[in-house]
Amino acid sequence: MNRTPDRAVYPRVKPRNVLGNSQKIAPYVFVLPFILSFIVFFAYPLISAIIMSFQSILPGEVKFIGLANYRHLWNEDFGTALVNSSRYTFWTLLLLIPVPMILAILLNSKKMMFTNFFRSTLFIPALTSVVVAGVIFRLIFGELDGALMNSILHLFGVPSQRWLYSSHLSMLALLVLAGWRWIGINILYFLSALQGIPGELYEAAEIDGASPFKRFAKITIPLLKPITIYVMTISIYGGYAMFTESYMLWAGKPSPQNIGLTIVGYIYQQGFQYFNLGFGSAIGVALLGVTLAVSLVQLTVTGMFKKED
Amino acid sequence: MQTKVKEKFSLSSLFMLILFSVLAVLMLFPLFALFLASLKPATELFRYGLNVRLDFDIMSLHNYRSIFSGKGGAEHYFVWYKNSVLITVIFTLISLLLSSMVGYGLAMYRFKGRGLIFTLVLVVMMIPVEIILLPLYKLTVGLKLINTIWGIILPFAVAPMPIFFFRQFALGLPKDFMDAGRIDGCTEYGIFFRIMVPLMAPAFGSITILQAMNSWNNFLWPLIVLRTTEQFTLPIGLASFVSPLGSNYEALIAGAVLAILPILLLFLFFQRYFIEGLTVGGVKG
Repeated sequence: MNRTPDRAVYPRVKPRNVLGNSQKIAPYVFVLPFILSFIVFFAYPLISAIIMSFQSILPGEVKFIGLANYRHLWNEDFGTALVNSSRYTFWTLLLLIPVPMILAILLNSKKMMFTNFFRSTLFIPALTSVVVAGVIFRLIFGELDGALMNSILHLFGVPSQRWLYSSHLSMLALLVLAGWRWIGINILYFLSALQGIPGELYEAAEIDGASPFKRFAKITIPLLKPITIYVMTISIYGGYAMFTESYMLWAGKPSPQNIGLTIVGYIYQQGFQYFNLGFGSAIGVALLGVTLAVSLVQLTVTGMFKKED
Repeated sequence: MQTKVKEKFSLSSLFMLILFSVLAVLMLFPLFALFLASLKPATELFRYGLNVRLDFDIMSLHNYRSIFSGKGGAEHYFVWYKNSVLITVIFTLISLLLSSMVGYGLAMYRFKGRGLIFTLVLVVMMIPVEIILLPLYKLTVGLKLINTIWGIILPFAVAPMPIFFFRQFALGLPKDFMDAGRIDGCTEYGIFFRIMVPLMAPAFGSITILQAMNSWNNFLWPLIVLRTTEQFTLPIGLASFVSPLGSNYEALIAGAVLAILPILLLFLFFQRYFIEGLTVGGVKG
């Protein structure tokens, strides 16, 4: 507060004549960086993406080819990528919402000790980059007998697996990686929402004779709804945008039978390895369609639109 | 916390304590295993995979020594480190300045187009950037920014999430201070920089962490923009150690440990800002 000008000390001065110093112009100066960045680095590329998706783009030769790129989407690789990204998104939602929610509720309970210590410790994996996490989990899920996951299997009498060669096992590896990096962050989201619930609500319910379970079902769950919708939304976007995890697990080379190919991986492959910019853009537009459709369904199901009215 | 400790120690607290201790060990385990592996020769890694065997006969600082002396294919490691630090600092500073201005403008003034601009911020937030990857690449080539740090920084310097967060924060600032500033002869910009920016210090702390982490760990865009080894950032350089033609594990593992180290140290000192910064999107509103 000590930065507030002290009227007693400083005499009244006329506003200096600074360019655009009026309450009418200043707000536009403030938001100008966004407007410029939006036009140059968002709107223009987005429109280009749509135009490029109808083009065949070769060096020095650009021509419109109608819907050919979109028709070409009907191929096995895109299907695989779409299924892989959807599976990954589905499982991350199933893993990364209920588990952190329950853990956050436990951490927030009065009986829990060292809440802050555990909150910080579970958060530490979030500090590592996907590249480093990918290196670690590539080794953990190695095919050697001595690799960590295989030695755990041996404890149960199960023979070594070639994790990164099977569609199901590699999905498990991706999920373990995602869980490791994200559980701590999602716990924070739920924890901050829980800590925002006023204690009086519970006290009032207790006085009214509500059982602990009823208090949980009628107070905690409904008040966690907004943050749950938020976490769901970012998980859907994160899931469909996943690329680096699979790039690192398979060391930058194509995965066997494309078991690790994601939609963004397919954009990268077509655009930057085959220089098929037109088709790559069409994949991008398709990804936009998919994510919008999924979020629309999610927001309708969770009743977000109703609540906004 | 104090009130919690006074609670009666019950069986359920013991159960939860055990549960979370096990979880904490599981979560820290991969990092611990990475650290141990960085002290061992790569042959051990090939033979046994990532493990936590403590074998002091084979453990040494050899891998770190070869990174520091630039041997074993790691001659560019500290060039990458320097690039990453440089990009992270410049990106974070620009991002703080510009997004705080925009967020503040949206929160404190009523002007024509305000609703529209805020909606556009939300739209950018809702659309995965991967969709415009190829045209953005073409644009970057056109602007002659390929293989430069500005090619990495500029397209994402004004990001929607920080703007949104600064706006939410600025909504809670006292508007009376603006009038007080005007009466005392401050310009609109003077009010922002001299009065409001200091009041927004906590928001600056959170966004610094958010943006610095994003930049330090950024992968896909730098992978596309950067062409030559001398320009690589740390994640791209580390990933280049993992190649289909056989990986340079000694440099990779030790390099990965050194890449996490600064963040881990900062985390120990500025935990609060990390926790707020990385959950910025969860703000009420």
